[in-house]
This record gives sequence, structure tokens and C-alpha cells, in this order.
Amino acid sequence: MSKVDIVKNIEGDIYEVKVSGDVDASSSIHLDNALEEAFTAKEKKVLINLQEMNYISSAGLGVFIARLEEVKMQGIQLSFCELQPNVKQVFALLGLEELLSIYDSREDAISAYSK
Amino acid sequence: MRHELTISCSKGNLVVIRQFMSESLDKYDIEELEKHKLILAIDEVCANLIIHANKCDERESLEIMLDVDPHSQVTFTIKDQGTGFDISQYQEPSISELISSKRKGGLGLMLVKRIMDQIEFSKEKNHNICRLIKTIK
Repeated sequence: MSKVDIVKNIEGDIYEVKVSGDVDASSSIHLDNALEEAFTAKEKKVLINLQEMNYISSAGLGVFIARLEEVKMQGIQLSFCELQPNVKQVFALLGLEELLSIYDSREDAISAYSK
Repeated sequence: MRHELTISCSKGNLVVIRQFMSESLDKYDIEELEKHKLILAIDEVCANLIIHANKCDERESLEIMLDVDPHSQVTFTIKDQGTGFDISQYQEPSISELISSKRKGGLGLMLVKRIMDQIEFSKEKNHNICRLIKTIK
């Protein structure tokens, strides 16, 4: 079974979800549950930190895609940061870089919220 | 050179398939990001076969073969006995359709099509055969 660890970190009005390990068809349910929790929290700035995520397949990407409508409806500001090169490549293959707010560093993502 | 793995149809085995492919592809001079894409493609097809064609039935198995012709091409061949897949019926959804329908699925084959140069599904006796081909430098 692929191992995925998810840690939440709330700093001020930012709800950060730190994902580590491999997100594939066997483990994407854990990511889905974490997003459910994040998107129902009172904080409307949600940062997905992927610094320690080694692998994502379509099952993991699908979890994000399926919730984008909910993100829009609820006025959530969703950002992603610190993608590993191989993970960035997978987002790029589907053109998700155009669709999502993706930042190289956590600092850049946080400063973009306050603009 | 051929590398072979036979593995039962459990989602938990996807990580084993990826490890096997990674170790096998490490023997060749393939760029790291290119190697990652190849592993993603085989993971996507195997996930589809395990979940949809074989309903995660661990009594069923996938026979996976990797043939590498260095400086020419990589070929993955996957044999199974589940419900066959007719690629001619596959209509690629757009990302915006997936977003508005809140669908989690539909991205896997899209990724495979963007990574591999050739995808073939066929039937031979009582086996389904999926063949993925990628030209490498």
C-alpha cells in the first residue's frame, strides 16, 4: 500500500495541508478526506504544500479537480506550493498550471494571499 | 532486454509495480523526468485494469512486461483476463467538463495518451493485451 501522510497546519487565516508520500489510486482517499476537512473549515485561504509529495497519479489529481467547483462556490482561495519537479510535470501534462494558483515557494504563496 | 512481473489485482500493488518499473528502467540511460512519465503511464493503465477490468479481485492477476531497446523505444505489455477495454469507444473529456461534473475519474487515460506515442488494446485467446510504446532518444 502506498504511504501518504497529511498534516494540517493553521496559521492565522491560512489553512495549510502538507502532503507527503505517494498519492495513487490506493491512497487518494486520504487526500480526499483531508480536503473535505480543509474546505469545510472556517479559513477560506487553503494552501496545499506538496514539498514532500514524491508522486501523484490521476487518482490524486482527480481529487483536486472534482472539488474545484466547490472551491469556487465557497469563495475559497486555493493555492499550491513547493511542487517537486516530477509532480510539477504531471500538473503540466494536463495544463493544470494554467488553471490553478501554483507557487514555487511557500512564502510566495502566502504573500500572494495578502495582495 | 525484457523485464517481467506478474502481480495480483490489488490497488496496494500499484506501489510494487512502480518500484519494479523504476528499478528496471534505472538500468538504462533515461532522463529522470522521462522515466517518471513512463512509470506514471504504466501505473495509470494498471490502476484502470485492477479497478475497472478486474474489480480489485486479488485472485486475478496482471502480467506486465517491459521491453527496452536502448536509444530506440520502451514497450510495456500488460496481459489480463478481466473485462476488456475498447479504446475506440473512449472519448477524452475536457478538464472543464470534469470540473463542472465534479468527476474524479477520466484523467488517467488522458495522461497515458499524452505520455506514450502508441497505445493498443487487443484480445488474444482469453487474454486482453494492452501495449504502450514510447520512442526514446
